[in-house]
Amino acid sequence: MSPFLALFKRDLTLAVREGAALGTALGFYLIVVAMLPLGLGPDLKLLGRIAPGILWIALLLAALLSLPRVFEADHEDGSLEVMATAPLPLELAVASKALAHWVSTSIPLALLAPVLGLMLNLDIAIAPVLVATMLAGTPAISFLGSVGAALTLKARRGGLLLALLVLPLYIPTLIFGISAIGFANLGQEGFSASFLILSATSLASVALAPIAAAAALRLQLS
Amino acid sequence: MQTLTQRLANPTRFMEISRAALPWVTAGAALFIAYAMYLVFFVAPPDYQQGETVKIMYIHVPSAWLAMMGYSIVAISSFGLLVFRHPLADVSAKAAAPIGAAFTLAALITGSLWGKPMWGTYWVWDARLTSVLILFFLYLGLIALRSSLDDEALAGKLTAVLALVGVAILPIIKFSVDWWNTLHQPSTAFTSTVDPSMRTPLLIAAIGFTLLFIALHLKGMQNEILRRRVKTLRLAEVERGERLFSARAE
Amino acid sequence: MLLHADHLTVERGTRTVISDLSFTARAGEALLVVGPNGAGKTTLIRTIAGFIPPSAGVISLKGDTSDRDIAELSHYVGHLTGVKSNLTAAENLAFWAAYLEGGDRAAVSDKVDHALSLFGLGALADYPAGLLSAGQKRRLGLARLSVAARPIWLLDEPTVSLDAASTELLAGLIQEHLAGGGLVIAATHLPLGLEEPTYLRLGAKGAADLSPEAQP
Repeated sequence: MSPFLALFKRDLTLAVREGAALGTALGFYLIVVAMLPLGLGPDLKLLGRIAPGILWIALLLAALLSLPRVFEADHEDGSLEVMATAPLPLELAVASKALAHWVSTSIPLALLAPVLGLMLNLDIAIAPVLVATMLAGTPAISFLGSVGAALTLKARRGGLLLALLVLPLYIPTLIFGISAIGFANLGQEGFSASFLILSATSLASVALAPIAAAAALRLQLS
Repeated sequence: MQTLTQRLANPTRFMEISRAALPWVTAGAALFIAYAMYLVFFVAPPDYQQGETVKIMYIHVPSAWLAMMGYSIVAISSFGLLVFRHPLADVSAKAAAPIGAAFTLAALITGSLWGKPMWGTYWVWDARLTSVLILFFLYLGLIALRSSLDDEALAGKLTAVLALVGVAILPIIKFSVDWWNTLHQPSTAFTSTVDPSMRTPLLIAAIGFTLLFIALHLKGMQNEILRRRVKTLRLAEVERGERLFSARAE
Repeated sequence: MLLHADHLTVERGTRTVISDLSFTARAGEALLVVGPNGAGKTTLIRTIAGFIPPSAGVISLKGDTSDRDIAELSHYVGHLTGVKSNLTAAENLAFWAAYLEGGDRAAVSDKVDHALSLFGLGALADYPAGLLSAGQKRRLGLARLSVAARPIWLLDEPTVSLDAASTELLAGLIQEHLAGGGLVIAATHLPLGLEEPTYLRLGAKGAADLSPEAQP
């Protein structure tokens, strides 16, 4: 088995055995979405209108919550040092771990979104579009997030700092994700343009974020 | 002369008694649920307003009742753990939480399926549904906190503290949600009195589901006790391996 | 193969930990780095492993035909074990075998079985590593040395939390590695049963001298 696949498979195995991390992220997603009607009032028309935005923002926050663990565990037990001396470039190791994060956390969150949408009176016709934009947009969440996780690896109160660093980077994904849903909802032409830019943001993150994250990790190890 | 609780609190004795009781409880659950389903589908009349959808009630109401009973079991077990340090109390609390959470989820899902034909949407922020949802969050918190710690004894005690905090605050949450709900929508969705022709199957279904809960809880406790024994055996094996390895050098 | 450090200076923050250090380690030879706490033993090992860039001087490798750098040719064993509690002992080792060297499933599983029995963990192969004792975890970490071939071993206090039997085992492994033309640089106070180790003594202030004598 190639080193890249071995690491990917190991991270997925660990994600399944340490199911609490995914459970916590999903639970967090659920509770943030449930708190909003308690604050805004149970007006179903209002909720239905703002549902895509709520679901997207809550998804960003839930994914953010799970990011610190991406490198933390490997740093604490010394695996990261061994990886840094292995033939597989650290950039690819980072990409493998970010990919595992996407599969083990971002995809389940995206798939939970339409279920939570029911609670917000989301138009069921939009649900497939919502999930499609999330699946296209979340690689950026996991890969850009890995940069933040690498930068804050040794920071005190790393989790809060991570949010501050990474949330601004998520703005394009949020804007194009929401606008793609908006265009699809109105049956307008702009959907494909928004969706393509959303996908391009993800692809660019997949290509470039591992380089930055690996550089940050090398500095953390020195 | 030991009390029943004291005798049951011995894990070995518990295993004996629960092994003997489990088949009967399971059979009872199956019989009651089967009879209730027969009454529901072939005897009980459809509601004059809701039609056949009212049949969801026979699953929804017992689930909601067990959601609360499950939390009570967790809370009482937690109390037993923190105050009396019963070795089985922690096992009971740990086994009850996921079962209670599952029934809570069942109540939420059946509630929302029931709501679709009535309200035209799967979910309304009705006070009762919202309260059950918050109960679900409390369950999730208990399960998440327990699984976040490697030290199982510490995890059990901390989870017990959280469960008791939850019990203390549940009435306030319920009150606040009712308050919030009346602010926004003064009329409630459900106002129906249950006809006797429906009450009997509902009661039988409730008994069946309660027996099912008890059977699952007993089985869950047995599994947990066995899991702990396996772990102890494995730790002993690890130690033995260590001694053998050290002896190899001499 | 020959690893040569030339006028090496390493700074940590504002402190110069190693200054103007030169030494040579040859294939088939163990270089034991000794010195008081804070003398820079760990820093030196980590510098050779490529974690810390030296502020002056170079570390070069002669006699290696591949185009890999020193880090990729090295096994680094630090203070941490690199063992995951939620994987079994065998899964832990199989991951490192695949990650460090690749190879098909059968080859990996052969190497893992061999390494586990070598380190006295054969009976515990299917146990979650979280159940193992500190010494067993440490041995599981060291078992990495025998699932992937690397000419250079960089060992930072490898005998910590090892009992006499395990230390002996490690010493045997090191001698085997040296006999096969390998190169070992280890920060340790134990002679590891080596016949003629070379000592690299780091002073409290980073001054260093190279002497073949026995340790202080």
